[in-house]
Amino acid sequence: MQDTIEVKNLTKKFGTTIAVDHISFSVHEGEIFGFLGPNGAGKTTTTRMLTGVIPPDAGFALVLGHDICRSPVLAKQGFGVVPETSNAYADLTAWQNLMLMGDLYGLPRVRAAQRASDLLATMGLLERKDQKVQGFSKGMKQRLILAMALLHEPGLLFLDEPTGGLDVQSTQMILSMLRELNRAGTTIFLTTHNMEEANRLCHRVGIIRSGKMVAIDAPERLKAAIDRVHRVEVSFDHEVPGDALAGLAGVISVNRTGDKWQITAEDKDAAIRSLVTFGIQNGVAIVTLNTLAPSLDEAFLRLTQGED
Amino acid sequence: MNPAGYSEQMRRAWAITRKDIRIYYLKGPVLIFGVFMPVFLFLAFLMGSRQLPLAFLISGLVGMTLFFTATAVSPAIFPWEGQAKTLERLASCPITIEAVVLGDMMASTIFGIIITLVTVAIGLGLGLPLLHGIILFPVILLAACCFSAIGMLLAVPPTNVPSNIMMLSSLLKFPLVFISGIFVPLEQMPSWGLVLAFCSPLTYFTDLVRYSFTGAHYFPVLADIAALAIFTMAFTAGTMYLHKRTMPRRM
Ligand SMILES: Nc1ncnc2c1ncn2[C@@H]1O[C@H](COP(=O)(O)OP(=O)(O)OP(=O)(O)O)[C@@H](O)[C@H]1O
Ligand SMILES: [Mg+2]
Repeated sequence: MQDTIEVKNLTKKFGTTIAVDHISFSVHEGEIFGFLGPNGAGKTTTTRMLTGVIPPDAGFALVLGHDICRSPVLAKQGFGVVPETSNAYADLTAWQNLMLMGDLYGLPRVRAAQRASDLLATMGLLERKDQKVQGFSKGMKQRLILAMALLHEPGLLFLDEPTGGLDVQSTQMILSMLRELNRAGTTIFLTTHNMEEANRLCHRVGIIRSGKMVAIDAPERLKAAIDRVHRVEVSFDHEVPGDALAGLAGVISVNRTGDKWQITAEDKDAAIRSLVTFGIQNGVAIVTLNTLAPSLDEAFLRLTQGED
Repeated sequence: MNPAGYSEQMRRAWAITRKDIRIYYLKGPVLIFGVFMPVFLFLAFLMGSRQLPLAFLISGLVGMTLFFTATAVSPAIFPWEGQAKTLERLASCPITIEAVVLGDMMASTIFGIIITLVTVAIGLGLGLPLLHGIILFPVILLAACCFSAIGMLLAVPPTNVPSNIMMLSSLLKFPLVFISGIFVPLEQMPSWGLVLAFCSPLTYFTDLVRYSFTGAHYFPVLADIAALAIFTMAFTAGTMYLHKRTMPRRM
């Protein structure tokens, strides 16, 4: 089976900075691929090359089986894009923006109108459809742009930080929409900073640092790869001295965060046992006790902060 | 449906045209500018002119109106859209750069024609006879295509600052008017002026308009039309080629 996106040695320079440096990866059909990296790592630049907005300086990308440089129109016909910065036409209404997309993707008018009403209804924008986008809030704009990207029912969707700056509700709405689309067969290429989002949504993530791909794997496997110490989080109903906790059997270090103690341990089991004994001996009750799995955040930080 | 085929790309170019008209042309100030500018120019003309006949003035005015209106808005469209990031949206849509440029050209062609017809109507209202309407109207269409291609050529420098482009295009547009036989009849031009006039498509258009109103002309009518057609094709091909090259630098 052919991959939906196939990238080989893709490179982009801006003057002397190499924004994207010979990256190669592929995105399989039907998966949600998370593209992660710190600010300025080259995520947007990569997305823009894959969507045919800027030409690469070297390497090539096959998108939906078409070379994005040689047959851009055929490739673009098959995917939808939610770019990093909002870019619906502010002087047009939501409806006119959608109809423009319909025309640009060659949709018959009736079909475009049907899709537009459906999408506006799903996005909760139906009653604002005849208002100019100028007056839309950020979240409304972002939902409209998602609708614009989905109008022609693409099999592949590119999203560059679709939930940046949105509130919980809009974020949840967009994420659950993406999950649903993916269930229906849409392949999704998602750029994000939000590890939690990537962790819950993505089948595989690729991590880019200074233009280079440093890891590609399933989130759980990335986490497992860095899982050498265990962490336990505990809080008590009374103040306890940190030194006393640090001296307990099995505990490597303690760290105070708010009203909780974060404890790293070589042996989770031993640490928890000694914490419980500590509570009984000192007459303090344990309010919360959590074992923390390493987060994708940590995997990410580890992978993106290492020596160059 | 072949998305990359000519007919499909034409249809998408037309969508760009409709978008342009809606966003950039159907605006009060733009329309008012379009209608009033030629009127004021005409009045200025009329007062300052050394008893040139009305037919001469109107012909020049029609030429100038079409030239200014067809090149008024289009040079700024790419910079505007580059700034608003809507250009990035278009770049990721299945439409070629040529089709986008064509769409922008069609919008300014339509705008130019409509405003120019107003000017023609003023001339007719002032009692000017139209001797060769059969030449005038097709030629307005041809020249509008030519001038809108010039408008898009002015947009080639890949800046996203609209005022830069507007400045540059004024700098190029006004001199063109002076060498095109609008203020000074070609017959009275010095020979170096005539050489310059040959290079301006506006010269041929003005000559044709003059022919339509007065029957007089400097070049043979067919030569005028051929020159306009050649300019149109060259400018259209040139602007599409250049925009294809500079577009990535706007992103
Ligand atoms: N148009 C441009 N001109 C010059 N340099 C650019 C341009 N676009 C990006 N860069 C540079 O390329 C590098 C990668 O930028 P890019 O926008 O791809 O990062 P990113 O991973 O998307 O970051 P963020 O998380 O902040 O969105 C940066 O160093 C940036 O300064
Ligand atoms: Mg980015």
